[in-house]
Amino acid sequence: MRKWILVAALAAAFPVAAADVGLVKVSKGSVQIQRGAAKMPAAVGSGVQASDVIVTGADGSAGITFSDNSLVSVGPNSVFAIDKYSFDSTTHQGEFQGNLKQGRLAAVSGKMVKQSPESMKIRTPSAIMGVRGTEFLVQVDEAR
Amino acid sequence: MKFLALLALAALAAGCASAPKTPALFAVVPGADGHVGAIVVHTDREDLVINSAYGAQRLKSDGSVEATRLTAADVRRDFGATLDALPGKPATFILYFLEGKDELTPESKAEMDKVFGELKRRPLPDILVIGHTDTVGGLAFNDRLSLARAERLREMMVGLGIPAERIVAAGRGKREPLIPTDDNVSEPRNRRVEINVR
Repeated sequence: MRKWILVAALAAAFPVAAADVGLVKVSKGSVQIQRGAAKMPAAVGSGVQASDVIVTGADGSAGITFSDNSLVSVGPNSVFAIDKYSFDSTTHQGEFQGNLKQGRLAAVSGKMVKQSPESMKIRTPSAIMGVRGTEFLVQVDEAR
Repeated sequence: MKFLALLALAALAAGCASAPKTPALFAVVPGADGHVGAIVVHTDREDLVINSAYGAQRLKSDGSVEATRLTAADVRRDFGATLDALPGKPATFILYFLEGKDELTPESKAEMDKVFGELKRRPLPDILVIGHTDTVGGLAFNDRLSLARAERLREMMVGLGIPAERIVAAGRGKREPLIPTDDNVSEPRNRRVEINVR
């Protein structure tokens, strides 16, 4: 009951596009969101959707909060794709598949991992990582 | 036909084994509260669990894997800019009120600066302020009082420069006591406002 009221209150106060699964909270230097063929600057307050790709330049870094309260940041020269994201705020079931193609990532897992360990995965070119909790780092070097 | 398929698979497997891998590093770091979690790295050869502070696995271009341990200095050097961009964790603060009033207790007044400082530190905060009462008085009275408490704090936050549209205030009346009591019981710990921020 309490959760419902919170969710309703938050939804009323912070209208975001229905497809948004996260929000850019920190954006420094050059940061872009690639959505299909479109590219847009990832300003603070931008919504993030499943299948978006976050791309940072040499001076760029960005921090995103997702709807299950998981937190992800990417450092300079990084390419991070949100391959899949779903979260049910009632059951806390969900699936988060991130894909770090290049660069650095720091993350804190959220409610979905608390509910089902390894529901959050980070793919890299050479391995897949399952998250049981809570804070972790991933670095993918450029292919030599 | 079967033979062909097998050959193709064998060629694929051989290709995988010899192709240089993209080097990667996976590490677990302690949270702000000191909690250390776990991650599992699934390579095509094995599953590697990392469950100690600064524990790490380094995947090399020849496909080999090396267990290693980072230092806080390594993390600062290699992940400093990345960690600086990590948004603040969702947090909850509770402030207490005087009986029957929308005025903070002296203790909570002293605590307020710290809480508001924490709120202001966050870029683009989503703040939910929920007022509560103890069970003294009727339902309608407590609904009004709980909302007045929440609105009071909301006004103070706006006064401190937090954009009004980022803050929602709601009252729960006496429906959700922190300490369950009978009706008409004066209980200081139930006269409170919860501030949720993310």
